[in-house]
Amino acid sequence: MAHAHDDPTSENRAQSELTAGNRVAFVDQYPTAARVTRLCFGVSFTALLIGAVLGIVQALHRTNVFRGVISSVDYYTVLTGHGVLLALFFTIFFLSGVFSWGVARSLGRDLLSRRFSLFWFGLQLAGATAVALAIFGGFVGEIPFEADVLYTFYAPLQAHPLFYAGLAAWLVGTWLAGADWIRLYLHWRRDNGGERIPLQTFMVLTTTLMWYIATIGVAVEVLVFLLPLSLGLIDSVDPLLTRTLFWYFGHPVVYFWLMPAYFAWYTILPKLAGGRLFSDPLARVVFVLFLILSTPVGFHHQYADPGIAEGFKFVAMTNTMFLLLPSFLTAFTAVASIEYGARQRGGKGYLRWMTALPWSNPAFAGCALAGLMFAAGGFSGIVNAGMNINSLIHNTLWVPGHFHLTVGTASALTMMAISYWLYPQVTGKRLQFYGLAQIQPYVWFIGMALMSNAMHRAGLAGVPRRTAEPQYQQFSFEAVFGSVPEMRLQIAAGALLLTIGALLFVTVMVGTWLAERGRGRLRVDSHLPEPISGVSDSPRVLDNMKLWVVVAVVLVAIAYGFPIYSMLADGAFNPAVPPVPV
Amino acid sequence: MHVHRFERIWLVGSLLLIALFVATVTYGAVGAGYGMVDAGGGQVDGTDPTASENFREPGVYNGSEEGHYDVYVETQRFLFVPGTNEPIRVPANSTVTFHVTSSDVLHGFEVVGTNINTMTVPGQKAMVTAEFDEPAEYGIVCNEYCGSGHHTMEGSLQVVPPSEFNETSEVQ
Repeated sequence: MAHAHDDPTSENRAQSELTAGNRVAFVDQYPTAARVTRLCFGVSFTALLIGAVLGIVQALHRTNVFRGVISSVDYYTVLTGHGVLLALFFTIFFLSGVFSWGVARSLGRDLLSRRFSLFWFGLQLAGATAVALAIFGGFVGEIPFEADVLYTFYAPLQAHPLFYAGLAAWLVGTWLAGADWIRLYLHWRRDNGGERIPLQTFMVLTTTLMWYIATIGVAVEVLVFLLPLSLGLIDSVDPLLTRTLFWYFGHPVVYFWLMPAYFAWYTILPKLAGGRLFSDPLARVVFVLFLILSTPVGFHHQYADPGIAEGFKFVAMTNTMFLLLPSFLTAFTAVASIEYGARQRGGKGYLRWMTALPWSNPAFAGCALAGLMFAAGGFSGIVNAGMNINSLIHNTLWVPGHFHLTVGTASALTMMAISYWLYPQVTGKRLQFYGLAQIQPYVWFIGMALMSNAMHRAGLAGVPRRTAEPQYQQFSFEAVFGSVPEMRLQIAAGALLLTIGALLFVTVMVGTWLAERGRGRLRVDSHLPEPISGVSDSPRVLDNMKLWVVVAVVLVAIAYGFPIYSMLADGAFNPAVPPVPV
Repeated sequence: MHVHRFERIWLVGSLLLIALFVATVTYGAVGAGYGMVDAGGGQVDGTDPTASENFREPGVYNGSEEGHYDVYVETQRFLFVPGTNEPIRVPANSTVTFHVTSSDVLHGFEVVGTNINTMTVPGQKAMVTAEFDEPAEYGIVCNEYCGSGHHTMEGSLQVVPPSEFNETSEVQ
């Protein structure tokens, strides 16, 4: 990315403007972290744009509103691209960017080595590009790349080796990013022996440690089984084992999507609302709970699998229900912090204070609407978690209806909203097209309300997910609420609004990227007010990362030790199933 | 550690709610007797399930007692055998155990409008038992992506009045 501050005179002029009113832009204080954040955001938003376009093609195709763009065979290429680009690359490049900003800001020092930071970014980008090439090669018959295996790439379906190799490279890139943040923390620790870990860094550390534990599963799956299988080095796999390894990773990755949103709701949203965080200690408790409980729950994605004893599923179900606790606590803290902000702004009454909130500030409005939708997504998730009632909705459209509220709104809309606040600070440029930014969260919210409610109801009628044409010859679906044509229409209309929402966001970001630095003062700064209940109120043990890692590993061993052992006992490749290339 | 009174009330309420959720699931399993798909079906050959002792030629069989039936279904790209080319037929007022496995990739076996909904995994046998009180016709749909023809993978299950069910010709 080229930036106008290459010119020293305009830099000085911009600097004097930016510092006026006590607004030193983050980019001037921490140039390396700012650069890494900009680069990560650039890739993240590119993935969002492509993923959103694939999304509307899919929605119109499967609802049979318009099938002129792709064939039903290519639908699965589109679906794979939509899933991988949005679930893995949009979210995790954003996370890599916002966490680089957060550690530098909260530790008060820049990333240590520009070369190392650019190296992990480059590795992530190279891996992601290889994966995208492998997927989109599926559109072109002459190119040997095929990877229509969807985001879950269940064996024995087999993609081109480039797909798995790219995933592995990208994964190593994320590990090195985590190492970069930990290294900066240890550097800070040397100078600040007895200090408590700053809250944002605390969140980055717990999330990173969770990621290290969780990615072991997918790393083993890809490196030991799927990549060798696609290269012809081994001739069969045990599909239940590889699927179990995937879900060992596949649930905590959900929290990897969500943690940047929680990070924003705890540390940035209170300021945007005009107040302060309610409780720093509770925020730490919440992140520790996520670290220790996120991984030993993966079997709740396998409630409907044969070959796994009911007891293991029951353990995962119980852990999953307890994982609701940190989210319930977050709901309290977020609402309490917002209400405090509203009252600081002169809000009165039991509910009337809500009208005092800055609803025309896109960063605030996006976060608040995302939080609201997350509440709805949380409750539909409880249905998924309920191991027996799950049979009604397993692999139906209910499930994507659920996760478009969680990752598709709680995470995605918060990420977009925070970008309106953060991107100007890492570029030193005032946000452009502010009016478009102001309406964008509402467009997204309405679009998702239409699409998601209809998807949930279609799921109750038994309509399957991941299908190009959910219209069958031997039977038809009977709606429990509403009618099937009405649901299709709502899904298509909602998807259209969501696409418009994504385009509005990208327009604002590209406009800001291309704008000149120093034209108009920044509206925002990186200063975050102190919490009402500060860190000194909390026990020091919360900051003991080694202890929490040990607890997390023990819980993982309890949940996964015996099931994995029993799958391996008859040989890691038995029952043997040969690959089926897509 | 200082925790605000409202937050403590919220915390206790949340824990009670979580306990309630776990209790409802436990009741479903123990009280209402809902049997999950589990490891009880055992393993089968990953490409030729009928070669295994615990899997039979796909079709309908008499169960261990009167009014019980065993239905063996093999899923393959992009067919339910039986189910797609010919419907699965069972009589009403019966208890039916479906034994389902796959001979290629992962599939789903969802009887639309019921809670019969299992993954079919090559190498593993899924067992699901259901009671059919009334004659009815159900669709069967594959709800796990299995390849380019996934959306064509469907079938039907006919629960017919006992008088229309011919034990000798329809049961293997």
